[in-house]
Amino acid sequence: MTWGSASEFFAMGGYGFYVWGSFGLIALCMAADALTAIKRHRDARAAHSEPGENS
Amino acid sequence: MLADTRFFTFASPPRFYALAGRLIPWLWAATALLAIAGLYVGFFQAPTDATQGDAYRIIFIHVPAAWMSMLLYMVMAFWAAIGWAFNARLAAMVARAIAPTGAMFTFAALWSGALWGKPTWGTWWVWDARLTSELILLFLYLGYMALVNAIDDTRRADQAGALLAVIGSVNVPIIYFSVKWWNTLHQGATISATTAPKMVATMLTAMLLMTLACWAYAFAVVFTRTRAVIAERERDAKWLNELVPS
Repeated sequence: MTWGSASEFFAMGGYGFYVWGSFGLIALCMAADALTAIKRHRDARAAHSEPGENS
Repeated sequence: MLADTRFFTFASPPRFYALAGRLIPWLWAATALLAIAGLYVGFFQAPTDATQGDAYRIIFIHVPAAWMSMLLYMVMAFWAAIGWAFNARLAAMVARAIAPTGAMFTFAALWSGALWGKPTWGTWWVWDARLTSELILLFLYLGYMALVNAIDDTRRADQAGALLAVIGSVNVPIIYFSVKWWNTLHQGATISATTAPKMVATMLTAMLLMTLACWAYAFAVVFTRTRAVIAERERDAKWLNELVPS
Protein backbone atom coordinates (compact mmCIF):
# COMPACT_ATOMS: atom_id res chain seq x y z
CA MET A 1 0.00 0.00 0.00
CA THR A 2 1.37 3.37 -1.07
CA TRP A 3 -0.65 5.63 1.21
CA GLY A 4 -0.25 6.10 4.98
CA SER A 5 -3.49 8.02 5.44
CA ALA A 6 -6.51 9.38 3.61
CA SER A 7 -5.08 12.90 3.52
CA GLU A 8 -1.87 11.56 1.98
CA PHE A 9 -4.00 9.84 -0.65
CA PHE A 10 -5.88 13.02 -1.53
CA ALA A 11 -2.67 15.08 -1.57
CA MET A 12 -1.17 12.76 -4.25
CA GLY A 13 2.35 13.74 -3.24
CA GLY A 14 1.57 17.40 -3.90
CA TYR A 15 -0.01 16.74 -7.31
CA GLY A 16 -3.58 16.45 -6.00
CA PHE A 17 -4.86 19.38 -8.05
CA TYR A 18 -3.56 17.89 -11.31
CA VAL A 19 -4.52 14.26 -10.64
CA TRP A 20 -8.00 14.95 -9.21
CA GLY A 21 -8.57 17.77 -11.70
CA SER A 22 -8.01 15.26 -14.52
CA PHE A 23 -10.05 12.38 -13.13
CA GLY A 24 -12.78 14.63 -11.70
CA LEU A 25 -13.58 16.66 -14.79
CA ILE A 26 -13.34 13.63 -17.07
CA ALA A 27 -15.75 11.69 -14.83
CA LEU A 28 -18.17 14.62 -15.09
CA CYS A 29 -17.82 14.76 -18.88
CA MET A 30 -18.38 11.01 -19.21
CA ALA A 31 -21.48 11.24 -16.98
CA ALA A 32 -22.81 14.19 -19.01
CA ASP A 33 -22.23 12.35 -22.30
CA ALA A 34 -24.05 9.26 -21.01
CA LEU A 35 -26.95 11.21 -19.47
CA THR A 36 -27.59 13.31 -22.59
CA ALA A 37 -27.67 10.11 -24.68
CA ILE A 38 -30.13 8.49 -22.25
CA LYS A 39 -32.30 11.62 -22.20
CA ARG A 40 -32.27 11.87 -25.99
CA HIS A 41 -33.50 8.29 -26.24
CA ARG A 42 -36.19 8.88 -23.62
CA ASP A 43 -37.41 12.03 -25.36
CA ALA A 44 -37.54 10.25 -28.71
CA ARG A 45 -39.58 7.41 -27.22
CA ALA A 46 -41.87 9.83 -25.38
CA ALA A 47 -42.64 11.56 -28.68
CA HIS A 48 -43.98 8.22 -29.95
CA SER A 49 -46.33 7.44 -27.12
CA GLU A 50 -48.08 10.82 -27.29
CA PRO A 51 -51.18 10.16 -29.39
CA GLY A 52 -51.68 12.44 -32.36
CA GLU A 53 -48.12 13.75 -32.15
CA ASN A 54 -46.95 12.11 -35.35
CA SER A 55 -50.05 12.22 -37.47
CA MET B 1 -34.52 -16.19 -33.31
CA LEU B 2 -31.04 -17.61 -33.82
CA ALA B 3 -32.18 -19.81 -36.66
CA ASP B 4 -32.86 -16.87 -38.96
CA THR B 5 -29.84 -14.82 -37.93
CA ARG B 6 -27.76 -13.88 -40.93
CA PHE B 7 -24.77 -11.64 -41.50
CA PHE B 8 -26.85 -8.53 -42.10
CA THR B 9 -29.60 -9.34 -39.59
CA PHE B 10 -28.51 -6.63 -37.16
CA ALA B 11 -28.08 -4.08 -39.94
CA SER B 12 -31.86 -3.75 -39.71
CA PRO B 13 -32.73 -0.87 -37.34
CA PRO B 14 -35.52 -2.78 -35.49
CA ARG B 15 -33.26 -5.79 -34.88
CA PHE B 16 -30.35 -3.60 -33.82
CA TYR B 17 -32.63 -1.54 -31.58
CA ALA B 18 -33.78 -4.65 -29.72
CA LEU B 19 -30.31 -6.24 -29.50
CA ALA B 20 -28.66 -3.02 -28.26
CA GLY B 21 -31.40 -2.61 -25.66
CA ARG B 22 -30.56 -6.03 -24.24
CA LEU B 23 -26.79 -5.42 -24.27
CA ILE B 24 -26.72 -1.94 -22.70
CA PRO B 25 -27.27 -3.00 -19.03
CA TRP B 26 -24.43 -5.56 -19.34
CA LEU B 27 -22.16 -2.96 -20.91
CA TRP B 28 -22.80 -0.59 -18.01
CA ALA B 29 -22.07 -3.37 -15.53
CA ALA B 30 -18.80 -4.14 -17.35
CA THR B 31 -17.90 -0.43 -17.37
CA ALA B 32 -18.42 -0.15 -13.61
CA LEU B 33 -16.50 -3.33 -12.73
CA LEU B 34 -13.56 -2.56 -15.02
CA ALA B 35 -13.35 1.06 -13.88
CA ILE B 36 -13.40 0.07 -10.19
CA ALA B 37 -10.71 -2.56 -10.79
CA GLY B 38 -8.61 -0.17 -12.90
CA LEU B 39 -8.83 2.68 -10.39
CA TYR B 40 -8.03 0.31 -7.53
CA VAL B 41 -4.91 -1.05 -9.21
CA GLY B 42 -3.94 2.42 -10.47
CA PHE B 43 -4.26 4.21 -7.14
CA PHE B 44 -3.58 1.49 -4.55
CA GLN B 45 -1.35 -1.11 -6.22
CA ALA B 46 0.81 0.84 -8.65
CA PRO B 47 3.84 2.43 -6.95
CA THR B 48 4.75 6.12 -7.02
CA ASP B 49 6.90 6.93 -10.05
CA ALA B 50 10.57 7.64 -9.31
CA THR B 51 10.82 10.74 -11.50
CA GLN B 52 7.26 12.08 -11.82
CA GLY B 53 5.95 11.32 -8.34
CA ASP B 54 2.21 10.74 -8.23
CA ALA B 55 1.49 13.10 -11.13
CA TYR B 56 2.11 10.17 -13.48
CA ARG B 57 -1.17 8.56 -12.31
CA ILE B 58 -2.91 10.84 -14.82
CA ILE B 59 -1.69 8.29 -17.39
CA PHE B 60 -4.45 5.89 -16.26
CA ILE B 61 -7.08 8.14 -17.81
CA HIS B 62 -4.97 10.13 -20.29
CA VAL B 63 -3.76 7.23 -22.45
CA PRO B 64 -7.11 5.36 -22.57
CA ALA B 65 -8.89 8.64 -23.48
CA ALA B 66 -6.33 9.40 -26.21
CA TRP B 67 -6.62 5.87 -27.64
CA MET B 68 -10.42 6.08 -27.62
CA SER B 69 -10.35 9.48 -29.33
CA MET B 70 -8.40 8.03 -32.28
CA LEU B 71 -10.15 4.66 -32.38
CA LEU B 72 -13.65 6.16 -32.26
CA TYR B 73 -12.77 8.53 -35.09
CA MET B 74 -11.69 5.64 -37.31
CA VAL B 75 -14.83 3.67 -36.40
CA MET B 76 -16.99 6.73 -37.09
CA ALA B 77 -15.33 7.33 -40.49
CA PHE B 78 -15.67 3.62 -41.34
CA TRP B 79 -19.41 3.47 -40.63
CA ALA B 80 -20.02 6.84 -42.28
CA ALA B 81 -18.26 5.53 -45.42
CA ILE B 82 -20.24 2.25 -45.34
CA GLY B 83 -23.45 4.22 -44.91
CA TRP B 84 -22.57 6.38 -47.90
CA ALA B 85 -21.27 3.63 -50.20
CA PHE B 86 -24.04 1.10 -49.59
CA ASN B 87 -26.80 3.49 -48.56
CA ALA B 88 -26.95 1.57 -45.28
CA ARG B 89 -29.20 3.46 -42.90
CA LEU B 90 -27.99 1.96 -39.65
CA ALA B 91 -24.31 2.55 -40.49
CA ALA B 92 -24.96 6.28 -41.00
CA MET B 93 -26.87 6.42 -37.71
CA VAL B 94 -24.04 4.71 -35.82
CA ALA B 95 -21.54 7.20 -37.28
CA ARG B 96 -23.62 10.09 -35.95
CA ALA B 97 -23.99 8.41 -32.58
CA ILE B 98 -20.22 8.01 -32.18
CA ALA B 99 -19.27 11.66 -32.80
CA PRO B 100 -20.21 13.25 -29.42
CA THR B 101 -18.53 10.45 -27.44
CA GLY B 102 -15.42 10.69 -29.62
CA ALA B 103 -15.30 14.45 -29.12
CA MET B 104 -15.69 13.94 -25.37
CA PHE B 105 -12.72 11.53 -25.24
CA THR B 106 -10.63 13.92 -27.37
CA PHE B 107 -11.37 16.74 -24.95
CA ALA B 108 -10.54 14.38 -22.04
CA ALA B 109 -7.15 13.55 -23.60
CA LEU B 110 -6.34 17.23 -24.15
CA TRP B 111 -7.52 18.24 -20.68
CA SER B 112 -5.65 15.51 -18.79
CA GLY B 113 -2.63 16.18 -21.02
CA ALA B 114 -2.63 19.86 -20.00
CA LEU B 115 -2.94 18.94 -16.32
CA TRP B 116 -0.12 16.45 -16.71
CA GLY B 117 2.06 18.81 -18.76
CA LYS B 118 1.99 21.62 -16.21
CA PRO B 119 3.76 19.77 -13.37
CA THR B 120 6.08 17.68 -15.58
CA TRP B 121 6.93 19.95 -18.54
CA GLY B 122 6.23 23.26 -16.81
CA THR B 123 3.59 24.27 -19.34
CA TRP B 124 -0.11 23.56 -19.97
CA TRP B 125 0.28 23.54 -23.73
CA VAL B 126 2.86 23.56 -26.52
CA TRP B 127 2.14 23.84 -30.25
CA ASP B 128 3.96 20.64 -31.12
CA ALA B 129 2.82 17.99 -33.59
CA ARG B 130 1.16 15.61 -31.12
CA LEU B 131 -0.87 18.22 -29.28
CA THR B 132 -1.79 20.22 -32.36
CA SER B 133 -2.95 17.17 -34.35
CA GLU B 134 -5.04 16.00 -31.37
CA LEU B 135 -6.61 19.48 -31.21
CA ILE B 136 -7.39 19.19 -34.93
CA LEU B 137 -9.10 15.87 -34.15
CA LEU B 138 -11.40 17.68 -31.72
CA PHE B 139 -12.25 20.22 -34.43
CA LEU B 140 -12.93 17.39 -36.90
CA TYR B 141 -15.44 15.82 -34.50
CA LEU B 142 -17.10 19.19 -33.83
CA GLY B 143 -17.10 20.04 -37.54
CA TYR B 144 -18.70 16.68 -38.38
CA MET B 145 -21.42 17.22 -35.76
CA ALA B 146 -22.09 20.80 -36.93
CA LEU B 147 -22.21 19.72 -40.57
CA VAL B 148 -24.66 16.83 -40.18
CA ASN B 149 -26.89 18.98 -37.98
CA ALA B 150 -26.84 21.92 -40.38
CA ILE B 151 -28.27 20.01 -43.37
CA ASP B 152 -31.98 19.28 -43.15
CA ASP B 153 -32.10 16.46 -45.71
CA THR B 154 -30.98 13.46 -43.64
CA ARG B 155 -29.41 11.52 -46.50
CA ARG B 156 -27.51 14.51 -47.84
CA ALA B 157 -26.36 15.36 -44.32
CA ASP B 158 -25.07 11.80 -43.85
CA GLN B 159 -23.23 11.94 -47.19
CA ALA B 160 -21.62 15.31 -46.46
CA GLY B 161 -20.65 14.07 -43.00
CA ALA B 162 -19.15 10.90 -44.45
CA LEU B 163 -17.00 12.93 -46.86
CA LEU B 164 -15.70 15.09 -44.00
CA ALA B 165 -15.11 12.07 -41.74
CA VAL B 166 -13.21 10.12 -44.40
CA ILE B 167 -10.99 13.03 -45.44
CA GLY B 168 -10.34 13.85 -41.79
CA SER B 169 -9.20 10.30 -41.06
CA VAL B 170 -5.73 11.10 -42.51
CA ASN B 171 -5.21 13.04 -39.29
CA VAL B 172 -5.35 9.92 -37.11
CA PRO B 173 -2.08 8.29 -38.30
CA ILE B 174 -0.49 11.75 -38.07
CA ILE B 175 -1.45 11.90 -34.37
CA TYR B 176 -0.25 8.37 -33.77
CA PHE B 177 3.15 8.73 -35.44
CA SER B 178 3.71 12.41 -34.59
CA VAL B 179 6.02 11.55 -31.69
CA LYS B 180 8.25 9.59 -34.09
CA TRP B 181 8.17 11.98 -37.05
CA TRP B 182 8.79 15.25 -35.21
CA ASN B 183 10.76 16.41 -32.22
CA THR B 184 8.42 16.92 -29.33
CA LEU B 185 8.13 17.28 -25.59
CA HIS B 186 5.60 14.48 -25.64
CA GLN B 187 6.94 11.08 -24.69
CA GLY B 188 6.92 8.21 -27.18
CA ALA B 189 4.44 5.35 -27.29
CA THR B 190 3.94 3.64 -23.93
CA ILE B 191 2.92 0.34 -25.48
CA SER B 192 4.34 -1.02 -28.70
CA ALA B 193 4.03 -4.31 -30.50
CA THR B 194 7.77 -4.59 -31.08
CA THR B 195 9.31 -3.71 -27.72
CA ALA B 196 8.70 -4.65 -24.11
CA PRO B 197 6.38 -2.25 -22.21
CA LYS B 198 8.29 0.60 -20.57
CA MET B 199 6.40 0.35 -17.30
CA VAL B 200 5.96 -1.99 -14.34
CA ALA B 201 3.27 -4.64 -14.48
CA THR B 202 0.80 -2.99 -12.06
CA MET B 203 0.91 0.27 -14.01
CA LEU B 204 0.33 -1.59 -17.25
CA THR B 205 -2.54 -3.61 -15.70
CA ALA B 206 -4.24 -0.44 -14.44
CA MET B 207 -3.93 1.24 -17.82
CA LEU B 208 -5.34 -1.76 -19.69
CA LEU B 209 -8.25 -2.15 -17.24
CA MET B 210 -9.08 1.54 -17.67
CA THR B 211 -8.89 1.13 -21.44
CA LEU B 212 -11.34 -1.78 -21.32
CA ALA B 213 -13.63 0.28 -19.08
CA CYS B 214 -13.56 3.07 -21.68
CA TRP B 215 -14.40 0.53 -24.42
CA ALA B 216 -17.39 -0.81 -22.50
CA TYR B 217 -18.47 2.77 -21.73
CA ALA B 218 -18.18 3.79 -25.39
CA PHE B 219 -20.28 0.81 -26.52
CA ALA B 220 -22.94 1.56 -23.88
CA VAL B 221 -23.23 5.26 -24.75
CA VAL B 222 -22.97 4.81 -28.53
CA PHE B 223 -25.62 2.06 -28.47
CA THR B 224 -27.90 4.27 -26.36
CA ARG B 225 -27.44 7.21 -28.73
CA THR B 226 -27.94 4.99 -31.79
CA ARG B 227 -31.24 3.83 -30.28
CA ALA B 228 -32.18 7.50 -29.82
CA VAL B 229 -31.35 8.28 -33.47
CA ILE B 230 -33.35 5.24 -34.63
CA ALA B 231 -36.33 6.31 -32.53
CA GLU B 232 -36.10 9.83 -33.94
CA ARG B 233 -35.83 8.74 -37.58
CA GLU B 234 -38.34 5.90 -37.49
CA ARG B 235 -40.85 8.29 -36.00
CA ASP B 236 -43.85 6.73 -37.69
CA ALA B 237 -42.67 3.14 -37.77
CA LYS B 238 -45.17 0.74 -36.31
CA TRP B 239 -42.57 -1.63 -34.88
CA LEU B 240 -41.29 1.01 -32.44
CA ASN B 241 -44.72 1.58 -30.94
CA GLU B 242 -45.25 -2.15 -30.59
CA LEU B 243 -42.18 -2.51 -28.39
CA VAL B 244 -42.52 -2.35 -24.65
CA PRO B 245 -41.50 1.09 -23.29
CA SER B 246 -37.76 1.89 -22.96
